[in-house]
Amino acid sequence: SSWWSHVEMGPPDPILGVTEAFKRDTNSKKMNLGVGAYRDDNGKPYVLNCVRKAEAQIASKKMDKEYLPIAGLADFTRASAELALGENSEAFKSGRYVTVQGISGTGSLRIGANFLQRFFKSSRDVYLPKPSWGNHTPIFRDAGLQLQSYRYYDPKTCSLDFSGAMDDISKIPEKSIILLHACAHNPTGVDPRQEQWKELAAAVKKRNLLVYFDMAYQGFASGDINRDAWAVRHFIEQGINILLAQSYAKNMGLYGERVGAFTVICSDAEEAKRVESQLKILIRPMYSNPPINGARIASLILNSPDLRKEWLVEVKSMADRIIGMRTQLVSNLKKEGSSHNWQHITDQIGMFCFTGLKPEQVERLTKEFSIYMTKDGRISVAGVTSGNVGYLAHAIHQVTK
Amino acid sequence: MAASIFAAVPRAPPVAVFKLTADFREDGDARKVNLGVGAYRTDEGQPWVLPVVRKVEQQIANDASLNHEYLPILGLPEFRANASRIALGDDSPAIKENRVGGVQSLGGTGALRIGAEFLRRWYNGNNNTATPVYISSPSWENHNSVFVDAGFKDIRTYHYWNAAKRGLDLHGLLDDMEKAPEFSIFILHACAHNPTGTDPTPDEWKQIAAVMKRRFLFPFFDSAYQGFASGSLDKDAWAVRYFVSEGFELFCAQSFSKNFGLYNERVGNLTVVGKDADNVQRVLSQMEKIVRTTWSNPPSQGARIVATTLTSPQLFAEWKDNVKTMADRVLLMRSELRSRLESLGTPGTWNHITEQIGMFSFTGLNPKQVEYMIKEKHIYLMASGRINMCGLTTKNLDYVAKSIHEAVTKIQ
Repeated sequence: SSWWSHVEMGPPDPILGVTEAFKRDTNSKKMNLGVGAYRDDNGKPYVLNCVRKAEAQIASKKMDKEYLPIAGLADFTRASAELALGENSEAFKSGRYVTVQGISGTGSLRIGANFLQRFFKSSRDVYLPKPSWGNHTPIFRDAGLQLQSYRYYDPKTCSLDFSGAMDDISKIPEKSIILLHACAHNPTGVDPRQEQWKELAAAVKKRNLLVYFDMAYQGFASGDINRDAWAVRHFIEQGINILLAQSYAKNMGLYGERVGAFTVICSDAEEAKRVESQLKILIRPMYSNPPINGARIASLILNSPDLRKEWLVEVKSMADRIIGMRTQLVSNLKKEGSSHNWQHITDQIGMFCFTGLKPEQVERLTKEFSIYMTKDGRISVAGVTSGNVGYLAHAIHQVTK
Repeated sequence: MAASIFAAVPRAPPVAVFKLTADFREDGDARKVNLGVGAYRTDEGQPWVLPVVRKVEQQIANDASLNHEYLPILGLPEFRANASRIALGDDSPAIKENRVGGVQSLGGTGALRIGAEFLRRWYNGNNNTATPVYISSPSWENHNSVFVDAGFKDIRTYHYWNAAKRGLDLHGLLDDMEKAPEFSIFILHACAHNPTGTDPTPDEWKQIAAVMKRRFLFPFFDSAYQGFASGSLDKDAWAVRYFVSEGFELFCAQSFSKNFGLYNERVGNLTVVGKDADNVQRVLSQMEKIVRTTWSNPPSQGARIVATTLTSPQLFAEWKDNVKTMADRVLLMRSELRSRLESLGTPGTWNHITEQIGMFSFTGLNPKQVEYMIKEKHIYLMASGRINMCGLTTKNLDYVAKSIHEAVTKIQ
């Protein structure tokens, strides 16, 4: 017999299942709105020009393949911290932070989760917004922490349940860990306005909570990297020493290269050194040191004035296309004669949109129109193009009229 | 402002092998030699990007059809299948019987960690925190950390290095296996044991396998030097393949850091050999869950390079040639160092230098002698007496040999 006879088959991934079913569908009009990756207006993956240029430069330099330090490529981690915090940030200039390279957003989140499990003795509880990215829960759980939630999304209005969030936060036990999406909330696309962020900052400060920001869409949400980092920077300015996970999967299109960073804002540079030393002790038995290829690309882009300028234009164009598709979807729905209020589609931001569609309606969209999305009514706007937005609007109207 | 929550975080000690390199870098002495960290160096003391790797990288860079989309959670399919094929052999019965799976991982370390996490959850029942894990004494120092951080509470050592005879303590090893609780997990170095460079002979491996089979012990192979050790891929994989032929289910954590020189791309593969396809499928489905919360999906660059190389007969031949170049240089440095020590009449026996295999050699130098080497001679090696043969060059052989001679005769 086998050692593994008792090993259960793992449950199928709900999002992958959507893509599998989409692949099998022979309808020429089919649409995959489950995909969590940017697509251009032809529905194709998009490799940024600044990335291609950076790659060519790197290839011409014929660099060696020696191990990176455990904490990663220094030019990358420094530039990544500066991008998030802002070049004028007191925390950045004073050096009271540590940033280590992580394996994209997931790996960065996990480093932080492991660090909290080992060194944050005040609480085992991580409060996630309801709903949150599906992988947040297993990441923190596998790190040995417990999951709680606070109200966030209001399905009645398809927008932020601000009073519910504030109410729940006011009751979170002191010194608990709270996770916030810096911008382009996944899966809802619902972000607090700046005035609301100010109140949220005051509330978490009052409860003395440890704040962990997940920023996977800086630049990709509004098209403006400073605007998308506003909440992160505001919290730090309010004296909240945050933890931060960054991803460059979407904003630089470096998905498979696994580029990310994990940052801890500390009291001072000395504390940052101590924290860094412990992060290295955590990373070494996970994968020793991080992969260089993507970090080199990101570093070159962030640190070269020309490439950085080009990147900012390209990330804005990706954000603008998404925003444009939102607008077109709403106007097409109106043209179809829909009487529903679809304002949330343009109010929401980022790659994803919580349409408000119910499971039965989602099922009809799939069965009758070959339009694939997750059962919660979430669509990836990246999968919408000027070529298919009309079809999508028509289909949505059919199942909701 | 309230005291920081991190006020009590202590400063962790630096990882020894990296500290050694940092100290080496800061040393201004012209004679300095770095025999510490385990990376290949040319006879000019330089890192070496394999010519086949440069070629394939250029190919990849010129291929406009390639993008940066996510790989599947378990990695690039062509990489996984071919990496496992390299370990188990083209004619592997396990592969023919479709009972082999691969998990692309971040280097050998990543493969070890994913395997360890899986074993802790699923190996013998659903909670293996108390299952004993045996690591050779000595071993790569990160093995211990990997299994501790994966949640194992009972980590033990098994006899391996006999300092007196400077060779394998087979008797002690087999004795430990006889006494180990059934179902214990054993970490075995597939070849080129790190740090001793001392491997069991085929006959000794047969004895080890016999005991493990009888006592239901689980083989977890760490294969970081396939091809790099002897120059032959097949020869260096003999032990793993023997265990498969004996019907074992096993894990093999493969690294392509050294044999492909792809250190910083983090290319590894966890090969899983099971009783049948169904078991392997279920195991892989659970591996996915573990990968998803660790790094979601692995980096593509290194896997692309390896897959492209392994699937092209011409590139594969070039690669094997590049690997042999590295292995041959190491073998040359071994014989040159030994002959110099013997010519100098350095006290002790030095045949172990050529009998050991792979990148490392356990010289037998004690900590005081090591300190002398570092402080007085500016030759950097690990406190254990481990040297990286790749740090030797035709230019520094004389200096290193003389320094070892001095250390051994001056310091006891």
